[in-house]
This record gives sequence, structure tokens and C-alpha cells, in this order.
Amino acid sequence: MDTKVGVYICKGCDIAKSMDVDKLVEIGTSEGGAAVCKSHDILCSQEGLDLIKADIESEGINRIVVAACSVRVFPELFEFGKDTLTDRANLREQVAWCHEPNDEDTQMLAEDVIRMACAKVKVIEPPEPLIEETSKDIMVVGGGITGMTAAKNASAAGYKVTLIEKEDKLGGWATKYKKVFPKHPPYKNLEDSGYEQLIKDIEADGNITVHTSTTVEKTAGQPGKFEVALQNGSPTELTVGSIVLATGWNPYDPEKLSYLGYGISPDVVTNTQMEEMVSNGGVKRPSDGKEIESIAFIQCAGSRDQDHLPYCSSVCCRVSLKQALYVREQYPNAKIYVIYKDLRSPAQYERFYASVQEDEGIFFTKGEIAGVEKTDDGKIAVNVEETLLGEDIQVKADMVVLAAGMVPTTKVDEPEPVAEGETAEAAEGEGEAADGKKEAEGAESGAKILNLTYRQGTDLPTLKYGFPDSHFICFPYETRRTGIYAAGCVRAPMDLDQSSRDAHGAALKSIQAVESIGRGAAVHPRAGDLSYPDFFMQRCTQCKRCTEECPFGALDEDEKGNPLPNPLRCRRCGVCLGACPERIVSFKNYGVHMISEMIKAVEIPDEFEEKPRILAFVCENDAMPSVDMAGVKRMKYNSMVRIIPLRCLGSMNTVWISDALASGFDGVILIGCKKGDDYQCHFIKGSELAEYRMDNVREKLKQLVLEEERVEIHELAITDFHRVPELFDAFLETMETVGPNPYKDM
Amino acid sequence: MAEFKPVESQITADTLVVGGGIAGMTTAIETAEVGKKVILLEKNPSIGGRVATSFQYFPKLCPPTCGIEINLKRIRVSPHIRVLTLAEVESVSGTAGDYEVKIKLTPRYVNEKCTACGECEKVCEIERDNEFNYGLDKTKAIYLPHLMAYPPRYVVDPKSAGDERMKKCAEACEYGAIDLDMQPQTITAKVKALVWATGWKPYDATKIDNLGFGQYKNVITNVIMERYASKNGPTDGKIARPSDGKEITRIGFVQCAGSRDENHLPYCSAVCCLASMKQATYVREQYPEAEIHLFYIDVRSPGRMEDFYTKVQQDEKFFFHRGKVGKVTEKTDSGNIVLFAENTLTGEVVETEVDMAVLATGMVPNTVDAAPPLETELDEFGFIAPDGDKGVISAGVASRPLDVAASIQDATGAALKAINVGRRS
Repeated sequence: MDTKVGVYICKGCDIAKSMDVDKLVEIGTSEGGAAVCKSHDILCSQEGLDLIKADIESEGINRIVVAACSVRVFPELFEFGKDTLTDRANLREQVAWCHEPNDEDTQMLAEDVIRMACAKVKVIEPPEPLIEETSKDIMVVGGGITGMTAAKNASAAGYKVTLIEKEDKLGGWATKYKKVFPKHPPYKNLEDSGYEQLIKDIEADGNITVHTSTTVEKTAGQPGKFEVALQNGSPTELTVGSIVLATGWNPYDPEKLSYLGYGISPDVVTNTQMEEMVSNGGVKRPSDGKEIESIAFIQCAGSRDQDHLPYCSSVCCRVSLKQALYVREQYPNAKIYVIYKDLRSPAQYERFYASVQEDEGIFFTKGEIAGVEKTDDGKIAVNVEETLLGEDIQVKADMVVLAAGMVPTTKVDEPEPVAEGETAEAAEGEGEAADGKKEAEGAESGAKILNLTYRQGTDLPTLKYGFPDSHFICFPYETRRTGIYAAGCVRAPMDLDQSSRDAHGAALKSIQAVESIGRGAAVHPRAGDLSYPDFFMQRCTQCKRCTEECPFGALDEDEKGNPLPNPLRCRRCGVCLGACPERIVSFKNYGVHMISEMIKAVEIPDEFEEKPRILAFVCENDAMPSVDMAGVKRMKYNSMVRIIPLRCLGSMNTVWISDALASGFDGVILIGCKKGDDYQCHFIKGSELAEYRMDNVREKLKQLVLEEERVEIHELAITDFHRVPELFDAFLETMETVGPNPYKDM
Repeated sequence: MAEFKPVESQITADTLVVGGGIAGMTTAIETAEVGKKVILLEKNPSIGGRVATSFQYFPKLCPPTCGIEINLKRIRVSPHIRVLTLAEVESVSGTAGDYEVKIKLTPRYVNEKCTACGECEKVCEIERDNEFNYGLDKTKAIYLPHLMAYPPRYVVDPKSAGDERMKKCAEACEYGAIDLDMQPQTITAKVKALVWATGWKPYDATKIDNLGFGQYKNVITNVIMERYASKNGPTDGKIARPSDGKEITRIGFVQCAGSRDENHLPYCSAVCCLASMKQATYVREQYPEAEIHLFYIDVRSPGRMEDFYTKVQQDEKFFFHRGKVGKVTEKTDSGNIVLFAENTLTGEVVETEVDMAVLATGMVPNTVDAAPPLETELDEFGFIAPDGDKGVISAGVASRPLDVAASIQDATGAALKAINVGRRS
């Protein structure tokens, strides 16, 4: 179908008061090539909407420019069906509200905003969803409380589930616990974990297939069609749509706890060994089977220790409280010591702590452990420093329990994980073969659990300390491997209650993934996006940039280095598009050509007019809302800047900078989100990749004999709207110092 | 999506989510992205809840609005979510799978024609206390709740709707959006499952009368500190002493202000230690030389959060004192605050003089004020007890004090619990 552009300019909200709208209407028709160009007093009114709808019906308009407020304001009002594409030209927040009304430069800005929007809608196409035959089945790896809870609830929602457990029976750690600490009011009484019932439910559930004594040998393919090879003596193959990783944790290696006395006597045990002892007939002194008169619990055994586990294992304080109660039950007169740094019993578990404190034979001592030794009378002495009393004390006990921490099953000691900061260094010239160092997300986990056949590693990338946790506070199920969600203690140290809650969340996300992928839609953060990248392979030079930089591991490679797209893994950020020096990647509604056309649409005054032009590429997720809010706050900045939003700054192709400078822009400013360890990029490394590409840009500037100052890159958080004027105005000042682009009139 | 027409008298959905904070938003969005219909109710004029008032999240020190923006985008494009603001549940009848919910809609006095242009605000002569900033400043009686308010529409303070002077605002509106005669409305929603995500409110610090809040100007609470630090707050982000705007040289953070206290909140509010450490970084950012004194019983920074504690301990002017602050006084000449902290073991009392003090007040579930329907079991503190799917499904802090990430995990899971309740019937 031919494209037919309609431009609709709203006159409300100060727009008509700030600019010559009739002139804009003229520009829309003459330069924008619109078949219809109209203005209306209130475009978001029913009458305004009806005006557009009538043109769609009578004139066959199928590309619409709504020149009004920001696209962040009620985009849903201007949805006119899947064959009609609408784009906003922001005349309100980014023109009328932040520039001098009826000023010549404001008018020129508004005209360019119309030109750019027209140029854009002319070249985009409605996305056609990629709908393939996919599986909606879910695989849960790990048969502990987390995995079983995920499986049971995914099944209850109507999905077929395969549950994989490497041990010969389901249940995991919970089978080893006599009791668990109280999650129900009044938060005082130990409870059963309920794992037996869960196993019964799973076994009775016709929608769940259980494979025990089984491991995952290989996971190939992509969400919606993961091809999984299982190993259990003989191989089994299955196809699943999404995966929940619930493989849990291992206790910290007690051999590493010799500094706390582990190994000096059988009477120094870990909390997991204690639990076993309790389940197998009760607590006796291991060395001689003697009854216990005194026992000491040493908290943070390995945890919160830079030489061991720098993190807190979250549950050990409460586990020791629980085990203290086991001892009390068996030995009404035993003295029980708990030596801790900080006693951590969050939320209502404080009541559990308070109830244990009521026991007069349980002594809580804050302090640091100076050493643990055997005494002549066959006891264990714990030397404690920095106590609250300010003096060193010695606690002598029949036995000592070390509250050892949790290590995720995804943690492997060798090879050492690649530090996040190292991944994007090492600038390379264009076209050079990659050395693998600049990967957006490296194969940093050496775990072999899922055994993914991804170019970028065998398992979920880990965040820190081997935990494949989300980096995002707002999006705990954000995953760098689409369709695979971690839950429970493999993701972070947590108690059974939180694991169960987490299992529900991960199961929901795995359901969402199969449903979205089934209709060709992206999952978070561009949820529902039907576009996906197209690779024009004939022009590929096998430079491998796209395959290395894809933050989600969507692109594998053949032996020649050609990218092998897995579109169902794709999250539509456009990083591949930004990476490609040959410009062969494009989306139907977002591409190199589209942005180039927008750049070329801007009218560049000649150098004698002394009207510099600045192009701003702005991340649409954080920086763009920030720019909008500067408008809402009516902050003023120069009107020389022309803004183009990008899906992610990582999708910035350096050719656009060449295009801009070639068409006479004096400078280009790139604004993305925060990078580094605490990055805020919703696509992991976009801002960092843009920075990395700046090296190429500087090289290019050198070739063109242009000043380096003509391109700047900045970080802007969504809350930094107050910095918007300063950023744009400072850059304009720089441009005025550097002088006009010599290519302006060529 | 938002409402563009007056709401019908009867609406339907799979799930009704009560509470439009980060937990409720999450449950609603996650439900919708599975393809189920959901109604999200918020009693305030805008969604976003408590997190929208926070400056940054620990441990990343990133702005909550970054995630809210993504969530708003997800809401705007989803055909499956209806957001009703100024809406509260009046009553519920029926059983799982077939609930009938009466929803009361309080008038906004601004209809769906509002473009948030702000002309009405310019001419408005009446002011009101800005509860978004905990009353630290004022807005006009017709106001946009905050910069990222959703829906982006003005609202009239109900106390002023009948005031003659408001007519001027109505006249200034070019869009006919102000309707001062708007009436409350009750509608009916038929839904299969109910999710309660009504969140929390800060413990009333004036009840802890030994800590001086409400008596001394230079004693504030942690939630107020968030507003001081925020660029869209009452001081445009400047942290200074409330009484005289003096720069900060010494600041005190008082942990467990109410929490872990049999006389106030006998539970731990789970986030306050990290929140105070985070707020200390706000202070450090503005005052590289200021001394920061934090008084605690136990520092609680679970999991990877321990890294944040480790990091702030590197700060040589950040002093951690183990001890419970039992008394706070004011020096009348300087306005300085004196904190008396007691070592619980030795009974020794240490005095520390600071420019201002921040009380790390805890979380009180909003279910204390408005209990959920259907005989939902609450614990003695008002939190929804676990395994309560006989009644409503809880999401986020409605069931226990949680940090934001854990709240969102829980809220995501609640979406599935609700879907399954709907299917069971």
C-alpha cells in the first residue's frame, strides 16, 4: 500500500500562541509531502480525533503526524489501527513551553520538528509480527521448594510443565529441615515447610512431568522453541517455550572455615550439619555422643567477610534462632550462646527473635570472633572481641555451630568471572576482527546448568558473586536471556517464604514470555513491540560486532562469522543496528535510513546567518522524559537544537553523526543514561556502547579534519531535568567557540 | 490506559488490583502482559505511590521515576489495563471467581478533556498543603500532583471545589475541563480475583514523644528527607537545616524510630537501615565534609545489600554508633539537636550534638485504616497474614515490610496467584 501522510497540528496549550501554525501547515504540505495537513484547536478532543479518522477513511491516510504534545501524553488516544502509523511531533514540551514565543528561531525549530516527523513517517512501515509455531510448555530446573512452587502454579494456570531435578527425589533442602522458622502469626512457633504436600500435589498433577536424577545436557534454540536435551542415563529431548531456573544453593565450603575452628574438632559443625543431626535423632556432641550442656552459634561464618562471602546470606540468623530452639527442646537446661555481628530478623521475624530472647538460657553476644580453639577439658573455646561491654570474652561450649552462608549453584570458582567494567574497553578501528573483549554481556558465568548453546555463554549471566540476579530494582525479573527466569536462592539468598513468592513471580514471567512470543511480541521492557530486526545478509562483512554487542545474546554466529539471528530472543533495543558498520540491520519502524532521513530533513541555514544547528540524539527512556519535564517546568534553552529520540543510545549508528556533519549540523550531542557498575540502561550496556563507539566517531572527525568538540556524549537521569538547559546551552557555547561546520555549504 | 470518557456504571475484568503504588502497578501490568484484563484502583489522584516520593533507590542510587516511566509506558500501550484514580472499594460480595465490587469514585472536578496545560493553576487564588511533599510546601487548590503524575491531569482540592474563587479557574480553561459540580459516583466491577496492594504509611513520629519530632524543627523523618533531596521537592533538592536553612556540618540518623519497639511497632520495618545509609549519601553529595552519625541496634542489610553497607563504611566521616537513642533535646540558642544514645548492655549514655536529626520511622500497613474485605486475616499489626487466598491476595508491603525489589517480586507473583484463583472457580 502506498504511504499517504497526514499532518495534524494542534493549536492548543500555547502552541498557536508561540508560533505561526499556518506556516507550519504550509511546510507540512510543501516540504513534508503530506497529502493532508490541517490544524485544529484541540486535537485531543473528540472533534480533533474525528477529524483524523475521517481523513483516514476518506483520503486513505495511513501515516499520521500528530504535531502536539509529547508522545508520553496519551499516546493511546492516537491509535488508529495496525495499518496506520502515528508519530508525534512535539511542539508543546519541546518547542512552545521551552522557547521564546513567536521568535524567529522558535518558528524555525517548529518547522524542523514538522519536517523531521514527516521524513520519518514516510519511510516507516507497520511492523509485521514474527509468528512462528512455538511451544507454551515451561521447563523448571530444580525440584526444591522454589522449583516445585513454580511448577505447581504454572500448571495451575494451564501450562504443561517439565520439572527437572538432579537428585533422585524432589524436595531439595526442605527435606533436610526438621522445622522452618515461623512465617505465620504470631511468628513464634516453628513450622513445617510443607514440602511433602507439595511433592504430593506435583505427583498428582497430570500437567507436570517430573524427571529426577536428571540434568540438562543442552539447551539450544530460542524462547518459544528451546530444544532441550536431558540426561538421565539415556538422553531425552523436549521442546519448551520458557525456563525457570531454580537450582538453589550450596553451603559455603566448610573447609574454608578453619579460621572459625572447623576441622579442629568434630564438635565444630556447620548449620546444615546441625540440621541433619536434628533430623537424625537429635543433637549429641559429635565427638563422644555426650549430651549437650552448652553450645555456641557463630554467626556470619564466611558471610559478610571480604575474604569469603562479602554478602549477607540473609537467613542464617534466623536459622540459628531456630536451631537454638531445637537445642532447648531437647535440653531444657543447656546454655546456648549466639555470637553475632548484627542480628538480622527482618519484618515480623523480629517477633521470632523477641520470643527466643525470652529464653533466659539463650545468650546473645555481639562481637567479632578472634579465634576458636579446643580446650584441655574437651570443650571448644570461642574468643570474642569488640563486645558491647568493651572487653574480650571467652565462651566455652560443648559444641559450636557455624552459621555458614549460601553459595548459588551458578557460582563456579574457575574461571574467574570477567569484571563488568572490563567488557567494553579496548577500542578497535572499524572492520577489525573482534577479540571478544567488547562484548556487551560476556559469557561471564562458567556454570554448566542449562548448557545454553548461545554464543555468549552457557548459562544466565551472573550479576555478582555468581548470582544471576536482576540488576534492576524496579524489574527483579529482568533477564539477559529472554525467556529464562531465575527464582529462589540461586538468584539471591532468601528464606523459604520469599523463595515461594519468587517462584510465583518467575512462573508468571515464564508464562508471559510464551504468550508474548506466541503472538510475535517483545517482552519487557519494550513489552508488546511487534517489530524485530531484519538483517540484509548479502552485505554482511562478518565483523561480528552485532553478535558481540547484543545485550541479550540473541545473535549466534556460523563458523564464518555470519550472524545467526534468533529473533525470539530479541528485545528490540536496536543495539545491533547501532553496531553495524554496513548498515544492514533495520526494523520496519526504526532504522538507519529513517534517522538519516530525519537528519537530512532539517533545514540548515548558511553560515552567514549565524544560526548554528545542533543535533541531539536522546535516549527515549530516561533522557527524553527529562527533556519533556524541562518543558513542563517551562525551563528555557536555546532553540538551535534538534532532538531525535533513540530506542537506546546503544542503537546509535555512527553513520548518523557523519550524516549530520555532512548536512551542515555544527555539532552532535548524545544523551544517554548512567553507565558503569550502577548502570541504568534498560538494555544493559547501551550508554556504554555509545561511549565505546565515540572512539570511532573521533577517528572519523579526524579524517574529516573536524574538531573533536563537535561531538559530545553525556549522561542524564530522568530526574535531571534541571540540567537540560545547561547541557544544551553549554554545547551551543562550545559550538560558537569552535565556529561553523565548514561542510555547511557543500 | 487512562480513561477518556466518563466511566461506565458496570465494568468487568479478570483481576482487580487495589493500590496504585509500585506493587499494584506491577501486579496490574504483569497481569495485562499475560493477556488478562485488569482494573487498577488508586485512591489518590495519581498512581506511583510511595516510591514516587523517593529521590533514589538503594543500593544503586537510581531514581524511582526511571522505572515508573517504563511502567507508565507499559500501562499506556496496554489495552488490558484500566486505571481508575480517586477510586476506593466500598464493598465486595461474591466468591473467588465471581466477585462484585462496588467502587466509589471521588470527583476530581477535572474531566478527561484536561491537557495539563496549567492555565487554571496560574489564575488560582487558593492554596493547599502539598501532601506529596508531606506538607512542606503548598500547591494551588487546582494542581498537578507531581511532574510524572498519571494520568497527567489536574485535580481540584475537594475542600475548595465549592469556593466561589475556583470559578476563575474554570473560566481560564480553554478546554472545558473543569467541572466544579462533578458528583461522586459508585460503579460496579465484576472480577474474578482481588489483589490488595495498599502499601504502607510512615509511622506517626509524633507518637514517639521522646524523639522530638513535631517539637523541634530540626528533627525530621526519613520520608521527609526524601522530599528534601528530590529535585522536584520543596527545596529543589537542597538539603539544609529546616529551622534556618543552615548548611549541615553534623547530621544524625536515628534508627528504629518506633520499629522494634514494644510500645510502637514491635516488628522491624526491614528497609530503614539501608534507607538511612542511602540518605547519608545524599548528604555526603551536598556536604563533602559533614559528619554523619548513625545510631542503630543492628544494621540490617541482607544479601547483596551488604555491599552498600560496606561501601558507606569507607566514608571516614560516617560514624556508626551501636545504641538506641532514647532521648532527644534541642539547644535553644543554636537550634542544634542533642541525641542521647544508650548502650543497651552497659547502660552508658552517649550524647551527640548535631545540626539536624533524621528519624528512621517505620512502615505501618495501610490496611490498619482500611481493612480488606472478605474476612481477610490480618496479623496483630494489621498486615495481611500469609496463605490468605480465602480472601484477597496480598501484594507488596500489605503483607510485610519489604524493600522495593522484594515488593515487586511479590507483586509479580500475586498476578499469577490472582489468575489461578480466577481459574479455580
